[in-house]
Amino acid sequence: MAAKSIISRPVYGTLSPQPGKHHLFIADAEGALAISEMAAKAPAGFFDDAEIVFIPGPDGKHIAALESLGPAQFHQAPSFASLLPRLKQTLSNAHMGLRLYLSGTEGLIGQAMQVALEAGIDHTSMQTEHRGSLARRMQCVHCKGITENVTTQPATCSHCGLLLLVRDHYSRRLAAFQGVCINAEDRSEIPPMEEAFP
Amino acid sequence: MSTGTTKLDVVVSDVVPVNDLVTRFHFRRRDGELLPTFSGGAHVVVEMRDGERTRLNPYSLMGSPLDTREYTISVRRDDVGRGGSLFMHRHVKPGLEMVISYPVNLFSLDLRAKKHLMLAGGIGITPFMAQTAQLAGEGGNFELHYTCRTASLGTYADVLRERYDRRVRLYHDDRDERIDLDRLLSTQPLGTHLYVCGPAGMINWVRDRAAALGWPSEAVHFEHFAAPQPGLPFDVTLAVSGKTIRVGSQQSLLEAIEAAGVDPPYLCRGGVCGQCETNVISYDGKFIHNDHWLSEEDHRSGCKIMPCVSRFEGKSLVLER
Repeated sequence: MAAKSIISRPVYGTLSPQPGKHHLFIADAEGALAISEMAAKAPAGFFDDAEIVFIPGPDGKHIAALESLGPAQFHQAPSFASLLPRLKQTLSNAHMGLRLYLSGTEGLIGQAMQVALEAGIDHTSMQTEHRGSLARRMQCVHCKGITENVTTQPATCSHCGLLLLVRDHYSRRLAAFQGVCINAEDRSEIPPMEEAFP
Repeated sequence: MSTGTTKLDVVVSDVVPVNDLVTRFHFRRRDGELLPTFSGGAHVVVEMRDGERTRLNPYSLMGSPLDTREYTISVRRDDVGRGGSLFMHRHVKPGLEMVISYPVNLFSLDLRAKKHLMLAGGIGITPFMAQTAQLAGEGGNFELHYTCRTASLGTYADVLRERYDRRVRLYHDDRDERIDLDRLLSTQPLGTHLYVCGPAGMINWVRDRAAALGWPSEAVHFEHFAAPQPGLPFDVTLAVSGKTIRVGSQQSLLEAIEAAGVDPPYLCRGGVCGQCETNVISYDGKFIHNDHWLSEEDHRSGCKIMPCVSRFEGKSLVLER
């Protein structure tokens, strides 16, 4: 569970059925469990107007469970990048009354939220639930490169190679935590690298 | 004391009757300088010196925010109200020196919106006059749906049609024209923000339908200045200042507190902004809450009151003021 620290560090809730005309779910891996648990509380026929977009984890689990909810559309994608064009298309054709539900890893929630913000949905009106890995999407504030799936503190920038302190300072616009050089004064000083975001 | 605002010394530069009920007032600064910048949806509180009595009423600025040489407000005459609008209609003439507050905006546009959908009822059109002018200047995407009783009471309907053509849709009660609200709300592109200003019943109807149709509350904006309602006189003890005062039947609780020389904070004087929120120390009787600020839970708890618009009936009321 993501703990509250500074104000920009995102906190997540528990998915709950919202009044609306259409319901769009985007989930990865164990995020499927959040949808299944919410479905138990949803009124009958709720998924008749729902679309579920799912990125299975490496174990390929939960696909059948989501299909059994009977959504109007079920779409499976190998990665977030691969579903991005479809998501943008869906949102650009959507009307008010569409509700968005994001569940799974922080990277997935953050990137889907970034696209939805650009489509004009306020971040506080999206339903979110964190499930699975705490791995972070990190922007190096020096070279601006994004490193995916950061699990250590400090972490190495996959672009410029600087050793970065992964901050709780988060950017919704970039969908990334900020990484700041941890040894700018003396590069020979190498603090131990620990598993911080399993 | 109006929170964080300074007063503006103005002179009435023009008074223009618009129709049977509505008159427009123009204000310029007495020193000839430009007025402060404002944004569409802002209001000013106008001080009316009526003999012994001072009235402070909020009115939306309806001129273009691009022109700050003058401020304009439109006042609908209310023959059974507490007299503020009648004072404006009868006694305010060009050349009169008046004092108004700095503009305050509690009904501003959310400029992140992809589209602005505006619903006006009656004199609720005034903030939209400024908002549409602001958006038109920036090439903004808006659509205005305006309900009025009759064509002759459709204040500024002709001006708006002239300026914005098909972006303005009119509905006349006497011709039984009604907004197909559910259809309108269900066909708006994602990223639309909704703005509603008009009678309380209309605002509640629109907010309820929007919520039921899946509009998040962040995308629904509304403004309704509740005029303080007259009622039975009642006595109040102000615990902090150690005074006991009587609120007259035509007076608001806030006005009575001010008349006793106590200076509580305020901004809108219409139950919207929350500035004058006051804690109740004890009471024996019942509250008549008229504000849009406190939650229903607050209303039920008997722990808080908005003295600008709400009243009390009963044996005793002690406020932390």
